[in-house]
Amino acid sequence: MSAITLPRQDTYLNINYGIRSWLLTTDHKRIAILYLVSITLMFVIGGAAATMMRIELFTPASDLVDAATYNKLFTMHGIVMIFFFLVPSIPAILGNFILPLMLGARDLAFPRINLLSWYIYMLGAGVTLWALIAGGVDTGWTFYTPYSTASPTHVVAATVGVFIAGFSSILTGLNFIVTTHKLRAPGMTWFRLPLFVWSLYATSLILVLATPVLAITLVLVAVERLFHVGIFDPALGGDPLLYQHLFWFYSHPAVYIMVLPAMGVVSEIIPTFAHKGLFGYKVVAISSIAIAVLGFLVWGHHMFVSGMSLHAALMFSAFSYLVAIPSAIKVFNWTSSLYKGSISYDTPMLYALGFIGLFTIGGLTGLYLAALGVNVHVTDTYFIVAHFHYIMVGGSVMGYFGGLHYWWPKMTGRMYPEKWGRAAAIIIFIGFNATFFPQFILGFEGMPRRYAAYPPEFQFLNMLSSLGAVLLGIGYILPALYLIPSLWFGKQAGPNPWDATGLEWKTSSPPPANNFEKIPVVTTGPYHYPGKQDKVG
Amino acid sequence: MAESSLRPMNALGDTHSVETSGAHAAPDLQFENLEQQHATRVFGMWIFLVTELMLFGALFLMYTVYRAFYPAAFAEGSRHLDLALGGINTAVLIVSSLCIALAIHAARTSAKRSQLALWLLAAAVLGIVFMVIKGYEYFLHYQNGEMPVFNWTLTGAGAGHVQLFFWLYFAMTGVHAIHLSIGIALVGIMILRALLGNFKPNAYTPLEMTGLYWHFVDIIWIFLLPLLYLIAR
Repeated sequence: MSAITLPRQDTYLNINYGIRSWLLTTDHKRIAILYLVSITLMFVIGGAAATMMRIELFTPASDLVDAATYNKLFTMHGIVMIFFFLVPSIPAILGNFILPLMLGARDLAFPRINLLSWYIYMLGAGVTLWALIAGGVDTGWTFYTPYSTASPTHVVAATVGVFIAGFSSILTGLNFIVTTHKLRAPGMTWFRLPLFVWSLYATSLILVLATPVLAITLVLVAVERLFHVGIFDPALGGDPLLYQHLFWFYSHPAVYIMVLPAMGVVSEIIPTFAHKGLFGYKVVAISSIAIAVLGFLVWGHHMFVSGMSLHAALMFSAFSYLVAIPSAIKVFNWTSSLYKGSISYDTPMLYALGFIGLFTIGGLTGLYLAALGVNVHVTDTYFIVAHFHYIMVGGSVMGYFGGLHYWWPKMTGRMYPEKWGRAAAIIIFIGFNATFFPQFILGFEGMPRRYAAYPPEFQFLNMLSSLGAVLLGIGYILPALYLIPSLWFGKQAGPNPWDATGLEWKTSSPPPANNFEKIPVVTTGPYHYPGKQDKVG
Repeated sequence: MAESSLRPMNALGDTHSVETSGAHAAPDLQFENLEQQHATRVFGMWIFLVTELMLFGALFLMYTVYRAFYPAAFAEGSRHLDLALGGINTAVLIVSSLCIALAIHAARTSAKRSQLALWLLAAAVLGIVFMVIKGYEYFLHYQNGEMPVFNWTLTGAGAGHVQLFFWLYFAMTGVHAIHLSIGIALVGIMILRALLGNFKPNAYTPLEMTGLYWHFVDIIWIFLLPLLYLIAR
């Protein structure tokens, strides 16, 4: 803090003050901050449940918590982390803040609906947390019938909470789709859109198309539970498998809701820190849409052991292999973009590189699971747990943290301490691998998931995993410890601290309330580095 | 100090919270002009209807699966529905959609406020008529012991499968009725706004969005009628 005082700059943060100006705001940037605070809280809650589980699994016996409590812990962890952290995190926080800036728009198409979606999220989170505090739920996050209609725990409140939160997702997706179609700045053609926009667009398509299916299905489960008879009741000739189909019709595409935005973040970070255009921009853009479309055709691979005709299983297996292609295209294009780049290893870049490595492991093990024989062998083992955590945590959470650090200067106007940032990124990477890599081996050796106790021969790998989780936990706490003080003590970021392209860096940091003094006119592609390879625009 | 000569559009910073429900003189902050605002909102409604379609789509899927499992029970269940009441309701809804279309036509061609309000009122009244007839049907099902949980008296082989039909019948028509109720409330608001003179030949976006929603709810019913009432006839 030097003695020279600069003239006060109008930003979205200082245009007005007071709790009312935040709770009634329609500014997408402020709503993003509201989401940041509430989603971080949910992350802490979901993380606490995971911590309890890893402590319990340190020893073979079920000694810290009993089996029933353990069931409630993994259910709480799953529900909170998936529906209240992973699904909304990148779209509702980073997307909300950055999307209009990237498009050269002054706000989303429907600012009041954007605020409404936050209130709906809070209501859904409140109802779900009430269910968890009042006694918990033990069905797993999947709410499989017929158990979910018979379980003695608070299933109705939990499903209602998820149902409500679904509408928050739908409204966010709707807002993003319409904004991308209608509010692009002059000259911002579809193939000049940054790849983060493409991935959010693909994500929004899934949100709008898949979420209502889960919503109505959960309503029918709640109804069946209330009346002890209903549409999935085998006593009437109803089919619990139909529930599984409808559930995974949402929940498999939901995997892409969680990972596509992270892919978008990585596609932004790579060109910035390699200081050159992204290799194969159009293919990467289209691959987001391809993932969204193919993602709707693979849900059956969650049900290979549930009972399914061989023909259906073969089709689902084949589509599951196909969906790997657009994902692989992205990985190859990111790595190719590094070639002959002048790479700087700042914190966001460390997260992005971590994402590529971990997502690749998660994706390749996904191919094992697309194979019918292997799938049957490892279903419901820790192999599955390790696989989807490599995608969800190694992929989505790494992407989220990368994006948070990348756009932190834009959101707050301040730089975070770079050394601390790098240290946290490396600790998270090591801690993550120490936690989840042993689980691949555990699963392949046959340790089933969702048990509080296990045979003693699995203890070494479980201890390793639990110790890794401690490291991972430290890695997650660190950003809170340095990001928050950076609001006061961080050095001024200036409009474009990374020397990045993209319209969000053309306005001041933090941006003014209406984003741009003058709506920019776009004349080049999104990653235009003059003198470097850039075939776009 | 806040007034910087570098920021000629500073005043816009405050328009975030401007209420635009009055006569649309200026577009909202995020729009360049009224045409863009209109096109964006109508497009948003279409996307919303896509979501709604998927919501009903899940119900239609369940219906398809169970009907394929138990065709005879579904035919039996269908014979318990009153085709006359269902048919009257179909006519009522189609005419109501016509009224909405005429209301929008009236707004577009700068007809009198009262004329616009009357067409909307006719649509709302027809919507209410539909709800009353639907409620009467529900009452008949209750009386006849065809309402699962509350009064279910059918027994014998396949009665469970018939009950599945009725679960779907109540779920599908019930979700449809909830949507229609929302539609009636929306049309009610549009009547007030029409009387207040909110709509102009170049500014009737809320009316058009309400109309889209109303037609959507109508179309859902057009599919429900044959699927539920006409299986065995």
